[in-house]
Amino acid sequence: MKRFSGLNLFAEAFNGHKGWPEHWPDKAPKAAYDVIIIGAGGHGLGAAYYLAAKYGITNVAVIEKGWLGGGNAGRNTTIIRSNYLYDESAHLYDHAVKMWDGLSQELNYNVMYSKRGVLMLAHNVHDIQSFKRHIHANRLNGVDNEWLTAEQCKAYCPPLDIAANARHPVLGGALQRRGGTARHDSVAWGYARGAVARGVDIIQNCAVTGIRRGPDGAVLGVETEKGFIGAKKIGVSAAGSTSLVMRMAGLDFPLESYPLQALVSEPVKPIFPCVVMSNTVHAYISQSDKGELVIGAGTDAYVSYSQRGALHIIEHTLAAICEIFPIFTRMRMLRTWGGIVDVTPDRSPILAKTPVPGLYVNCGWGTGGFKATPGAADLLAHTIAHDAPHAINAPFNLDRFRNGRLIDEAAAAAVAH
Amino acid sequence: MILIHCPYCEEDRPEVEFTYGGEAHIARPADPAALNDREWETYLYIRRNPRGPHAERWRHAHGCARFFNAVRDTVTDRFEVTYKTGEARPGDAK
Repeated sequence: MKRFSGLNLFAEAFNGHKGWPEHWPDKAPKAAYDVIIIGAGGHGLGAAYYLAAKYGITNVAVIEKGWLGGGNAGRNTTIIRSNYLYDESAHLYDHAVKMWDGLSQELNYNVMYSKRGVLMLAHNVHDIQSFKRHIHANRLNGVDNEWLTAEQCKAYCPPLDIAANARHPVLGGALQRRGGTARHDSVAWGYARGAVARGVDIIQNCAVTGIRRGPDGAVLGVETEKGFIGAKKIGVSAAGSTSLVMRMAGLDFPLESYPLQALVSEPVKPIFPCVVMSNTVHAYISQSDKGELVIGAGTDAYVSYSQRGALHIIEHTLAAICEIFPIFTRMRMLRTWGGIVDVTPDRSPILAKTPVPGLYVNCGWGTGGFKATPGAADLLAHTIAHDAPHAINAPFNLDRFRNGRLIDEAAAAAVAH
Repeated sequence: MILIHCPYCEEDRPEVEFTYGGEAHIARPADPAALNDREWETYLYIRRNPRGPHAERWRHAHGCARFFNAVRDTVTDRFEVTYKTGEARPGDAK
């Protein structure tokens, strides 16, 4: 890996930039690896990176059905925050937010983490009470979150309409200043580049078709479109397709896959300084560094793998955006798309060992996996390397659906599901 | 917008008239007290989540307000068939 630096950039400028090596050359799979990660999104590539960088396990392959970063890593709205209600969630998501700091330096790749603040709007008395409860819970857990009055919200985000007679009146908001956005593709690319530099193979366009297990039940490797690849440890980080992969190992998972849509407007000059979410009217919005307004909402209603969704969801989302930000009523939308998110019954992820020896899983992030990318990757690597979960991800096990110790963020409504 | 055939109204109506009710044919245990934790987990939380035909419940909320069942392909979102509650899934041998 040739490091990016001012000096190298300067030198390459005289060389027509022909001296940069390929970041992740195409590799034919070896017969066997120490660890195989299924799914080359941010989470999977990050896990491979941390296995190599933190635990010295470099004989690792990341196997991807499509192309690197082409799933939900490339389809999300890049929002980062950790203002979750429950202790377990606050620790998990804040672990990730702490890692976003300094990630660009660690990877030598600019992931463009921007702490522009995430503002959640309160439109009614219930919102106010619920958000204030969140703020107190967050502060007890060392997570920054503060209450803003409507006027303070308007000062923080000038396009906001706080008129008292608005369709969705703004009564205040909860602001996490450390929240913000990052460049989603750079996260996948940065991890891929860092992992490959440490000896990891990334094998794209290679769907996993089966998981082979020995007589003792432990994994032996994966069947793929490019033949059998052996491994004693397999980490699955396959988002919407996780339950399909798990069924190959004979496991039924408490997951359902839903389309989650997002859309962007035509690019405009900087107008929107932060991220604004409104759970009550079900929409969120920020502006990318390219200038597009990035807009999202809740999932579509039904289980689907179609990677697109219904137009009426987008109509509903844009109606909400136009009510809160009348300034955007004449913006033209450029693109819409959908990703398939895997949703658990309690809307908290599963990051754990499985009943199959040697099989580990990182799934169930639902609509909010991007923010957790560095943390989830780090904890999956830890769980694989130690064959045991870290204290942070120990509560996010599979047993909770049997013993009832759910981490019920679904009811806590910290998330726009 | 997807048109859904309501088997009670016997009409193709737009998707926004309907609400989704999750996977179909999950019967509440006849004797709940007899179930162990593993069986409760399966009943409450484990879902097929298939890539392909999926039997699911829908409710014609802004129409007749009745629940019915449908088989929809989760890759194409195409509705293959809708049928009344209580009827067997079409194609299932009984």
